[in-house]
Amino acid sequence: MGFLSNVVNGISLGSVYAIIALGYTMVYGIAKMLNFAHGDVIMVGGYLSFISMVYLGLHPVFAVLIAICGCTVLGILIERLAYKPLREASSLDVLITAIGVSYLLQNLALLIWKSDPKVYPSVIQAEPLRFFEGQLIISPVSLVTVLVNILIMVGLTLFTTRTRMGKAMRACSEDKGAAQLMGIDVDKTISLTFAIGSGLAAIAGVLLCSAYPTLMPTTGSMPGIKAFTAAVVGGIGSIPGALLGGLLLGVAEIFAKAYISTQFSDAIVFAVLIIVLLVRPSGLLGKPVNVKV
Amino acid sequence: MIERIKKMGRASKSDLITYALVAAAFIIVQLLLMNGVITSSLRGQLVPICVYIVMAMSLNLVVGISGELSLGHAGFMSIGAFAGVVAASALTGFIGAPIPRLLASMLIGGILAGAAGFLIGIPVMRLQGDYLAIVTLAFGEIIKNILNNLYVGIDGAGIHISFTSVGALAMDGGKVIINGPQGAVDIEKLSTFAIGFALVVFALAVILNLVRSRSGRAIMAVRDNRIAAESVGINTTKYRMMAFVVSAFLAGMAGALYAMNYSSIVPKKFDFNTSILVLVFVVLGGMGNIRGSIISATVLTILPEALRPIADYRMLLYAIVLIAVMLVSNSTHLRMLIDSLKARLRRDPDDDGPAGEAPEGGENVG
Repeated sequence: MGFLSNVVNGISLGSVYAIIALGYTMVYGIAKMLNFAHGDVIMVGGYLSFISMVYLGLHPVFAVLIAICGCTVLGILIERLAYKPLREASSLDVLITAIGVSYLLQNLALLIWKSDPKVYPSVIQAEPLRFFEGQLIISPVSLVTVLVNILIMVGLTLFTTRTRMGKAMRACSEDKGAAQLMGIDVDKTISLTFAIGSGLAAIAGVLLCSAYPTLMPTTGSMPGIKAFTAAVVGGIGSIPGALLGGLLLGVAEIFAKAYISTQFSDAIVFAVLIIVLLVRPSGLLGKPVNVKV
Repeated sequence: MIERIKKMGRASKSDLITYALVAAAFIIVQLLLMNGVITSSLRGQLVPICVYIVMAMSLNLVVGISGELSLGHAGFMSIGAFAGVVAASALTGFIGAPIPRLLASMLIGGILAGAAGFLIGIPVMRLQGDYLAIVTLAFGEIIKNILNNLYVGIDGAGIHISFTSVGALAMDGGKVIINGPQGAVDIEKLSTFAIGFALVVFALAVILNLVRSRSGRAIMAVRDNRIAAESVGINTTKYRMMAFVVSAFLAGMAGALYAMNYSSIVPKKFDFNTSILVLVFVVLGGMGNIRGSIISATVLTILPEALRPIADYRMLLYAIVLIAVMLVSNSTHLRMLIDSLKARLRRDPDDDGPAGEAPEGGENVG
């Protein structure tokens, strides 16, 4: 594996993190909560597409669509049942509830799909591309991941800046009370945010499992935490920040694995999180927030 | 004696009840043990119950009293566990008797975990809320990651430490104590229920005395309103750190006791799931309520043994408990219902007592 291959793998992994980080960053921007269960929605997306492809024998395109629909519904349900009653609660209580939801999803998956890892068939079946006499190998999954990531970023940026619903989302993240006075349905906007975030999580789940083909009930939790790290690194609430943070973290992780230590790669990624939070808690592209008394 | 209890404040009375409860539980268990009523599987649970009580109480100090969500509590437990095991081996030649050696090892485990808590606390205490939670989670994972690659051996020359393999220890005979992902092996089983009980009482005394002291009131003031506390001259970082380090110290002692209850123990035992398990104890017992932590840790450790048939649903049940407790405690309808029920219950027994006492006894809601 040459240096260039590592860069490509890093960008590909980083793209997955970026897509997951979008879900965190949008929800955090609007609901001001860390949706701990987001990582487990990825896992549900992985299982839904796996079942559609392997047990039902559907075409990968339909499998992906089923996963997106399933996760969107799941995201809206979670928000309605667990988070909405806690709009006025302390952030500690909301976070504990989110951890509870994450745990619930993991253990439901454990009961339904059992703990043995499933081998995930990649949604893209093609030969890897080779350049420079095998110095640079690009797998089709990496290529698709990066393309999908670019599409999502462009689409989401257009959505939040050009459409009425997107503008409503931005207004809610700025000031919920004022947004409500301007006639924006805040509850609906929050539901929409969860729906989009969870739909993206499903896509991320499919891409993640295609690149790393073991599917378990805990598949989503580690990438979820790392993607949250990416969201924080980039600046929480910022869409370009999620992209930047995701790519940085993906490349850092692959490089740490390749050049420093395989065993300590997770520790290195978490060390990055800790350093960023200490040095620049508002992230690279985030706005610093002052507490008013 | 009774006169003195009557004169005590509400807080001291409540503490006395907690101590009495723990002492009574110990006496009952001892009586049952003597009569051989307790099944062998439950007997094996006695030390873990004490350990989890201490874990829950110490986490409650951070989550309930100090108001910070720490998700890496199992990390401190593992530091205590592995440090304790190494200490117990290293002290074999100096302290022969098992009980003093166990106590010394627990103390060393606790001190190392407390030191780790202090080091981790320096960056962590600069953060708040969700960020603090995620950073403690990150530290918990880093600790697990490091311990998974830790090799420790002991021979005539002393203790050897390596982060690569057993071979790198360059030992001259001797024995391997910690073997990377396989964890601590060949542990001397020193732990006893009596020491477990002693640790519970010690932790209880430390926490209750801290909470009722000037420092404890400062910690709670920071929890309730950080800015207001800061403006009356409370050093917020110092008091949050105090709670965090004391909690890590007690978790380390509990970890050492826990490890020496088994013949071998792997670092994976102290993962995120264990941190969540202890959090479930704290949340179910009531955040900030030490007695509640003791009861819920005991019940939730015994219950899975009793409810073997539904063992598969145990974790699911814990998740539901977490969500349900939060939803119920934040529901205004339910809260009003509970308050009115409480008021009604309180009025009835007070009818035959002196008229002026009723309002003084209540008003602990919030």
